[in-house]
Amino acid sequence: MSMMLHRFANPTRFLRFAAIVQPWMAGLTIVLGGAGLYLGLVNSPADYQQGESVRMMYVHVPAAWMALFVYTGMAASAAVGLIWKHPLADVMAKSSAPIGACFTFLALFTGALWGKPMWGAWWVWDARLTSMLVLFFLYLGYMALIEAFDDPTRGVRASSILVLVGVINVPIIKFSVEWWNTLHQPASVLKMGGPSIAASMLWPLLLLAVAFTTYYFWVLLIRVRAEIIANRVRVLRLKQVHG
Amino acid sequence: MADIIDYFAMGGYGGYIWPAYGVTAALLIVLLITSRRMLRNNQATFEALAPTETEHKKDGTVEEKT
Repeated sequence: MSMMLHRFANPTRFLRFAAIVQPWMAGLTIVLGGAGLYLGLVNSPADYQQGESVRMMYVHVPAAWMALFVYTGMAASAAVGLIWKHPLADVMAKSSAPIGACFTFLALFTGALWGKPMWGAWWVWDARLTSMLVLFFLYLGYMALIEAFDDPTRGVRASSILVLVGVINVPIIKFSVEWWNTLHQPASVLKMGGPSIAASMLWPLLLLAVAFTTYYFWVLLIRVRAEIIANRVRVLRLKQVHG
Repeated sequence: MADIIDYFAMGGYGGYIWPAYGVTAALLIVLLITSRRMLRNNQATFEALAPTETEHKKDGTVEEKT
């Protein structure tokens, strides 16, 4: 595994790898996303308590999972970048941030649209919602900080530290529904003893969760390629100035 | 026809469900398009700057001419 990671850590090899994997991610996103939408919006029953509004779950829950997944990946990349000074790790973290911020926004937005009919409020300042809002600001703060310095290496360093400090928020979000009394319902899928959700609802949820994951890798590969090329442009410009 | 109206009403929750799916789809598509545009712009800049002795492929890898 570490051998494999090391091989793809070389930017030129990574570009070759990306060219092969990217179309697969695109295809999987469209096929799995389409199947998930069909099952979720057409071929699944209404909930006995929440009625048709349960269909909100199929976008809300995958978006919230991805918000945490992408952040955790960013923190791991930032750590690798800080410790081993690995340029590709920094590029991975930087390219993930806007995607993670989008997923976090969508989790908050669809949550508000679900909260209104179920709780009677678009927003409540409870532990789960507030910690998700903090996650959103962490993403925005990272994106602002990485661009805030004239010297890009200083921006990467400062923003990597921010991401690593903010990682404390990830378990807080996950366990917020158990640690505090909140309006938000507790986990039904990722919990001890297996999922407590009907198969007809679990399938569209899992399909869309996988589709969101492949979407993330699809867009991540595009953005990492763009950043690698931007770095090469920077090197060429420096050479022209000094050469 | 009544079936279709019934379907989109989503048992009264249509006004919440469709905006959620619509905004999700719109945002993910916009992010995809802007990311692809960023890649294309960077490729164009790179090709304009690249030295002429070597041939630069679109993905930024360099292929030496023999």
